[in-house]
Amino acid sequence: MRLFGKRIPIGASLLVWCAVWELAGRVGVSSIFPPLSRVVAAGMTILPTEKFHLAVEISLRSFALGMAMAICVGITLGILLARVETLGRILGTWVNVFVSAPISALVPVLMGVLGIGETTVVATVFLFAVFVIILDTEVGIRKADRSLIEMARAFGARNYQVYTKVLVWSALPEMLAGIRLAAIRGVKGVVIGQLLISIIGVGELFELYSKHFLMEEFWALVILVFAFAFLVSESIAYLERRVEYYASAR
Amino acid sequence: MELTGIGKTYATGVEALRDVTHAFPAGKLSTLLGPSGCGKTTLLKIIGGLIPATAGEVRVKGKRVDGPGAERAFVFQDFALLPWATVLRNVAFGLELRGVPGEERLEIARKFIGEVGLAGFEASYPHQLSGGMRQRVGLARALAVDADIILMDEPFSSVDEQTRRKFQEDLLDLLRHRRKTVIFVTHSIEEAAYLSDQIVLLSARPGTVSQIIQPNVNRGSKSPDEIRRDKNYLDAVDDIWHVLKRYLG
Ligand SMILES: Nc1ncnc2c1ncn2[C@@H]1O[C@H](COP(=O)(O)OP(=O)(O)OP(=O)(O)O)[C@@H](O)[C@H]1O
Ligand SMILES: [Mg+2]
Repeated sequence: MRLFGKRIPIGASLLVWCAVWELAGRVGVSSIFPPLSRVVAAGMTILPTEKFHLAVEISLRSFALGMAMAICVGITLGILLARVETLGRILGTWVNVFVSAPISALVPVLMGVLGIGETTVVATVFLFAVFVIILDTEVGIRKADRSLIEMARAFGARNYQVYTKVLVWSALPEMLAGIRLAAIRGVKGVVIGQLLISIIGVGELFELYSKHFLMEEFWALVILVFAFAFLVSESIAYLERRVEYYASAR
Repeated sequence: MELTGIGKTYATGVEALRDVTHAFPAGKLSTLLGPSGCGKTTLLKIIGGLIPATAGEVRVKGKRVDGPGAERAFVFQDFALLPWATVLRNVAFGLELRGVPGEERLEIARKFIGEVGLAGFEASYPHQLSGGMRQRVGLARALAVDADIILMDEPFSSVDEQTRRKFQEDLLDLLRHRRKTVIFVTHSIEEAAYLSDQIVLLSARPGTVSQIIQPNVNRGSKSPDEIRRDKNYLDAVDDIWHVLKRYLG
């Protein structure tokens, strides 16, 4: 961010926004925005509660399960799509459609099939996350240096070794980029899934707070979810930068 | 290593090679030389088992081969090093694919890194090395698998002239005490005459053996500069030029 032609460090710009929020809250722009200080205070009171811990546990579990499945399925399918030509032609367009499709519209259908519970949330996370992983893995594998594959074969690589020793490593930067985007979508998936079901996890808390107009608690929870998504995506981005360094000569 | 009636027509309809028959003498360095696009790379890949021929057969020590094998190793024009692996792991890669246990293959790799003059760079990554050094890694990798036959596709073409000369000398040094059969593709007449025991001249596409020249340069006791002034060396350069001239324009 820039102000009067000077670069402002990100921490400072965050502080400014916090101040704006605090002031807007105190002036009373809208009852939806309580002052930040009261939101933080509310957050402090939520954090130690049993209900919050339970919500976090359930949400993290759904997120982790959904992401793990999305990563396994996404990478496998991405590799297949890139390497098996007919499959790429048949499924390629569908993946592209689903990457940009509004997956939330599918959640009620999932609810009908999988019931109102954790399974549906896991499935939502999976669907939110999987397509971008497929797409990025496919791109990464396609981009892999043909001469490296040829080299591996010349030195006697078996078919599976071409995958495990060359293709996967060569596509690692793209795969990680896909997983990072998928994780951000996955957080959305948890919240949206739970909101639509509205009887478990963080979604239940959101529902509860907004129904009783507990705006301070509501915003505190929003901040926590944001922070979580940011943290996950930053740690993957860190891995990405390290891999990018090794692969910089591609 | 023998080729009989090798032909290759690509799926696109391009006939790259026609009826190539030749026996490469064991323990010698042979170069494949010919006009651009005559199928040199294609022929080398067929010998290496990387692509199938559409006619004829490749025999190694009398046995027919139709895929890559442990007795043949490749050095690539574009180096083909794993960018995410250190020099040490790259050199050991052929052994890694064969399942040679960790410490043993690193030991072998270290030895060959030293022989190609890269001692001290074991932990470097390819992008930290110059082109010439990268190709030394490629050469060490091919030597490390201890194949009898080494196939080199224009290994020095992306290296500057000074580095190239030094590299040619080092290559001869490295090969002097090993009985390797080397098949070496090049564009450079001087390089062919300088390095080869035998030069196989290919005709324009579809490539076929057009002539065989034996430079007969006595390298044993001579310095590189003496070789470059040797009468047989200069005659070989002339002979090659006379044959290749026919395919120009
Ligand atoms: N994969 C391929 N599919 C179709 N045609 C090909 C393929 N590879 C090579 N060719 C064609 O076959 C012919 C021989 O190619 P090749 O690369 O073997 O020649 P070369 O002698 O190595 O050329 P250069 O001297 O430029 O390296 C060329 O006309 C080329 O266009
Ligand atoms: Mg070529």
